Order: sequence, then structure tokens, then C-alpha cells
Amino acid sequence: MMDILQQLLAGFAIALQPINLFWALVGCLLGTAIGVLPGIGPALTIALLLPVTAQVAPESAFIMFAGILYGALYGGSTTSILLNMPGESGSVMTAIEGNRMARNGRGAAALATSAIGSFVAGTLGTLALTFLAPTIAELAFIFGPEDYFALMILSFTSVAVVMGTSRVRGFTALFFGLALGTIGIDTQTGQSRMTFGTLELLDGISFTVVLVSLFAVGETLYVASRQARTAGVVYPLKGGAWMTREDWKRSWKPWLRGALIGFPIGSLPAGGTEIPTFLSYTVERRLSEKPEEFGNGAIEGVAGPEAANNAAAAGILVPLLTLGLPSTATAAVLLAAFQNYGLQPGPLLFATNPGLLWGLIASLFVGNVILLILNLPLVGMWVRLLLIPRPYIYGGIVIFALVGVWGLSTSWMDLLLMCGIGLIGYVARVYDFPIAPALIGLILGPQAEIQLRRALAVSQGDWSVLVGTPIAATLLAIAALVIFLPFFVAKFRGAMHESKA
Amino acid sequence: MLKRSFLTGVIALAFSAGLAAAEPAKVLIPANPGGGWDGAGRETMAAFNKSGVFTDGVSFTNKGGAAGTIGLAEFVRTAEGDDNALLVTGVIMVGGAISNKTPVSLDNTTPLARMTNEYNAIAVPADSAIKTPQDFLAALKADPGALSVGGGSAGGVDHVLLALLAKQAGAPVDKINFVSFSGGEILASLGGGKIKAAISGASEFRDFAKSGRIRIIAVTGPNRVEGLDVPTLKETGIPIEIGNWRGFVGAPGMSEAGRKTWLDRFEKLHASDAWKETLKAHGWEDAYLAGDEFKAFIKAEESNWTAALKDVGILK
Repeated sequence: MMDILQQLLAGFAIALQPINLFWALVGCLLGTAIGVLPGIGPALTIALLLPVTAQVAPESAFIMFAGILYGALYGGSTTSILLNMPGESGSVMTAIEGNRMARNGRGAAALATSAIGSFVAGTLGTLALTFLAPTIAELAFIFGPEDYFALMILSFTSVAVVMGTSRVRGFTALFFGLALGTIGIDTQTGQSRMTFGTLELLDGISFTVVLVSLFAVGETLYVASRQARTAGVVYPLKGGAWMTREDWKRSWKPWLRGALIGFPIGSLPAGGTEIPTFLSYTVERRLSEKPEEFGNGAIEGVAGPEAANNAAAAGILVPLLTLGLPSTATAAVLLAAFQNYGLQPGPLLFATNPGLLWGLIASLFVGNVILLILNLPLVGMWVRLLLIPRPYIYGGIVIFALVGVWGLSTSWMDLLLMCGIGLIGYVARVYDFPIAPALIGLILGPQAEIQLRRALAVSQGDWSVLVGTPIAATLLAIAALVIFLPFFVAKFRGAMHESKA
Repeated sequence: MLKRSFLTGVIALAFSAGLAAAEPAKVLIPANPGGGWDGAGRETMAAFNKSGVFTDGVSFTNKGGAAGTIGLAEFVRTAEGDDNALLVTGVIMVGGAISNKTPVSLDNTTPLARMTNEYNAIAVPADSAIKTPQDFLAALKADPGALSVGGGSAGGVDHVLLALLAKQAGAPVDKINFVSFSGGEILASLGGGKIKAAISGASEFRDFAKSGRIRIIAVTGPNRVEGLDVPTLKETGIPIEIGNWRGFVGAPGMSEAGRKTWLDRFEKLHASDAWKETLKAHGWEDAYLAGDEFKAFIKAEESNWTAALKDVGILK
């Protein structure tokens, strides 16, 4: 313990050198910028910068990369909240309550709780990385395919049940996403499915296209169709640029719970930053004292998921640094960066290169502080964007979306898909279907299928394997409870009522 | 919003300006990050940079799955006529395109150079009762379904190797239990004992084996792999040798000038010290073969693999 503290202090000595502070600032700014843009993530950015950074000392390069990794998550929430257009898949859940808050004139509070929550959870995650990494890394070996499958089923059910105005709508959206996810070559057998002989569909439908279509295009069409009635209305700004006492009271627990959910799941090889945000949202909605506010701008629904995705980002570094095991695209690029400098992450790195490693970990703390300092004063400026007349804002969004989708693959098919799915997004908006379950189906559906088939292959077709481990059985039981408990509670209450009468 | 997009635009411009003077290569890696193709693509481009042969920057895209044929389809679809677009390829893609009967194949691309050959390795969890290749064959013969073996995509080298081993053991090839993985997840599954064994590139296992969680029981080349105290299959009396070559192809409709430029670059890279260091660091065997010879080699591989896949019952 003392040893870790000492090394961490040495790490701070490296991270706080002016030149490294400068690189941390560059990384944070870049990360925030790319977080805003759908389709450009930290993995792509770091990969692009690798040749450039070959001239920089390894410590400085990794300190900048850490800033990009964290900064992207801070940036992704801003457009989610203000424009209902998530920049990253980990920010999808933030859009739901965050944008409602912005419409109610509480955009500043939403941005503040997301920035502070990101800071709190990012710092807690980094602390856990510092002190618990080797222990947490063991989770990678405990989780098997059946456990991942159960975790994904839990995400599906919890999200479909809590989101939207009715279960039918939630599940309809979820199955729409799952159906989209089956398009393309099946990775287990190499057979093409639902491609109708089109080469363009062999790769499947890109997540970014669906994200942009459902959110940006659908939303724009909706606003345009209501233009006659709302043209002159500007979202009100009230409550100042800061969180109220009550906001703080309602935010701190979700921050902590979000961090608690995010870090361990982020450290799983197939965990990622999305699942924790789904689960955190569900938990907050269930635990909230004011569940009726959910769907109308509940601050807990922003605080929790934003904390969860930042803690998960710290978690991603656990298997990478302790085992040399890359679990996401970003981690794999970081692994390549280590190898560029002739370093192999893993237990040996702590012994052979403590300066670099502890400098990197210290820079995560520093980066969080920089991002908080960058983001909080900007809150007041960002919310003023809402004062821009809507035709200009939405015109800008559509151009942004078109350029983003075209730039991703330069494919006409993607543009056509964007129009088609955008129309579906509009219909969903008009008839009050939630959008997030569709995206969750698209992200997790293919993964759930692969894990299910792996589990069944290993068990030679014995379905009992799906409840064969305590983790899987527990997660599936919770998933079942999420679906059925409300029925029983309602029935029980009804019975109580009758017996009283 | 507008202000914000200007801000990001300026930042993006500032960054691309540094690169735009030259023309960066766009490398498509047809596998998820962390696997063999990913390493081959990124390390080769890093060696380009280190050797000074090509220093204009690189952007990587990962598009994994289905033995690399998803990436191949994407490449053929999006890179047409782009002289700076490269696709990392290899024997797995050749096999995958055949067994998946994909509508696109390497014939649609412009072959540039085969760079490396890497032999496979068979590994088991550290506490497995399987100690030798003979134990592995015995387990396969006793109950092929019970021995779940992880590997890359269905119909790839790993799958074919398992089928060849089953044939050798006298076990029914259609009963083998091959579980497909893409990327680094196979290491966690093997280390955690979720699968009984795994087949992958020797270099992918080598670094992870140092952690003591997995044990490599055999390598599949003609010679032992440097730094690994593990016998070849041949040494233990199993007459199987199978390798995993990797290389680069250019876009469909690449210009003759573009092709020449890249062939020249690969030739210079191959002669450089930086490349020799990279080969050594990763345990790859030099397998340089460029241009038309590489094209002919791919053709030959296609017919060899069609035969092998039929032989082992993967291709009906």
C-alpha cells in the first residue's frame, strides 16, 4: 500500500511536468472535440496520432492518449443533452433525461451534473485502477460466454421495461434493433443473412448510421413538422448556470452507484462502456423517489449513466495494463502504442517501466481535473446554443449528420439507409416509441448471439449451461424479476385492496 | 452548435493539415483489434515509419468477422481506385472466402506483397491434463465433441488444423467442436478454462503464456519458434505443417503508378533493419513475395484450400 502511494507520487512528479501537462491539455481538448462527433471515437483518433507521436517521449504520448480517452466521454454528453444527438454510443442514455432537462430550461444543471459526475466517477475509477487492478483483472477469467449472455439479457429486459410510455413500445423498439443487428455475414458460420444479395449489406448496418438517423434525422423531421406551431418558441433558460441544492442531493448517490456499476463491467473483456449506462439508468429509475419525473427530465437519469461510462473507461485499462489483454478498440490501439515503444503491457511492465506506467495513471487523475476545469465554465456558454433559432440549429445538425455518415464509408447505401431509418425515427417520435432500446438491440444483439452460440458450442447443445454458473443464474433471475415483478406487485396490491374491502 | 462545429472543424483542420501535405495510407484491418491481423497491419506500418521508407502517416480501420471476408467486402466496396488504400490479408481470408462462398474474393483486389509467415500454436489452460500433442489427439479420439477448441473464424487455418488433427487421431471430423473467436477475447476464455484448448498464432500465445495462465503444447511449423521451449508437431511424430501467411493487397482498380509506388515501398521495407527487428520481435518468419508472383501464389492457395476444405469436410 505504502509502496503504491510512493510510486503514485513519483508518477505525479512525471505527469505534472509542464510539458506533460501541455500534452494532457491537448489530449483533453482533442478528446472533447471528437466526443461531439458521431462516428469518430478515441480509438480512431489515437490510431491517427500514433505516427505523429513517435517523435514524442512515451510518457507524454500516453498522457495525451489518456486525455483523449476521458475527454471523448465528457464531449459526448454535451450534444446528447443540448441537441438530443449522442456523439458516442456510451452517451445514448444521457440524451433521454438530459435533453428533457434542457427543454425544461435546466440544461445547465444537466451539463453540470454530467461533468461533475464524470469527474467523480473517473477519479473513483482511476483510484480503483491504482489499488485494485490485479484483483479486478481476475474477473476477465471468471466471466464465461453464458455470463456475458445473461448480462446482455439483463440489459435488454431492463431497458425495454423501463423506457418509454409502455412495454409494448419498449419491446417493439428493442426488437427493431435486434432485427437490424442480424443483417450481414454471420461471424460464426460465414453465411450472409438478410442481405438480399446486396454487397453493401454484407458488412451489416453501421451503428453510427442508425444512431444519427434515429436521433438527428428523426428529431429534425419532427421539429420541422411542428414548425408552424413552435417556430418562435425558444427553450427557456432558467435556474442559472449551476446546480441547485436539491440537484446536488439527487446527484451524488447516482454518481457513486454509476461508478460502482461502470468500473467492473468496463474491466471485462466483452464489457464496454455501453452496458453500464443502460444498467445505471434502470437502477436510478427504480430507486428514484420521484419515478414520475423519469421521461420528463430526471437529473438522476443523467448523473448515473454519465458516471457509469467514465468509470467504465477507467475499467478498460485494467485488463490492458495488468494482463496485456485489449478488450475494446481503444485498448487495442493503446496496446499497439505500447508495442511501438517496445513495451509489452502486463505484470512485467510494472517492474520494468514503473515511471511510464505510474505517470500514465497519475495523468488520468490530472486529466480528470483538467476536463472538469475545461467543462464547468463552458456550461454557461453551451446552454446559450439553445437560444439560436431552431431552423438554424437543426439545419446545422442535418448537414453534420450527412457529412458524418458519408465520411465514414463514402457509401450511397448508408445515405439511403439514413433517410429510411430517419423516417422510422420520425414515426417513432410521433407515436412515442423510445429510441434507445433500438440502439441497444443493435449494439448488443449480435454480441448476445455470439455469446449464446459459444456457450452452447462449449456445452454441446445443453441449454442448462445458461444457468450453469452462479453469475449467469443470478443475472437471469434479476432479468426475470425486472419483467415480472411489477405484475406481481400490482396483483399483490390488488389482493390487499380487496381483502381490506 | 455552430460555434461548436467550427471549433471542432478548426481542431480537425489543424490536425489534418499536418498530414495533408503528404498522403497517409488508409489501412483496413479485417479483424477486430488485438488479433493477429491487427498486429501484422499495425506493426508493418510502424516499421514503414521507423525505417523511413514511408512516413506520411496511417489511418487504421478495423472491420472484423467471418474470416476477414467482411473486411474484404468493405474494402472492395469502398476503396475502388484509391491508390493509398491497403488491405491486410492472409491465408485465413483465402479459406474464408471459399468456405463462405462470398461474392467477392481477393481476385477483386490488387495483390502487392506477402510479408510474413507465422506458424500456429496449440495451447491449453495451465492446469489442463493435456500435456503433449499426443494427449490432445487422445482426447479428440475419445470424445471430439467434449474437447471445445477455440480459434479464429470458421473455415480458417485454425479450423482446418483442428480438422487435420482429428483426421490424424482417427476421430470423425464432423464431430469436432470448434468455437470461433475474433480478437483478444480468446485469451481470456482459454486462461479462464472456458474452452479446453485453443489454436492461434504462436506470437499471440507467446506473450500471454509468460503470465502462467496458459501452456503451449505444440507449434505447427517446420522449426521451433525462437524463445519458446515447445516442440513442433513433426518432432512428436504428427506429420502436419500449416502456416499463416499475411500480406497486403491494394484496392480494386489501383493505378499502375500507385501499384509501382507501393511495390517499391514494400521492397525497400523488406531490405530495412527496422523490418528485421520487427520480424524478430514478433516471431514472424520472413515470407516476402511481391507483385505478380504473389498474385500467382494467391491463385495457387485458392485451389489448395478448396481441396483441403473439401478433404476435411468443411466444404460440402
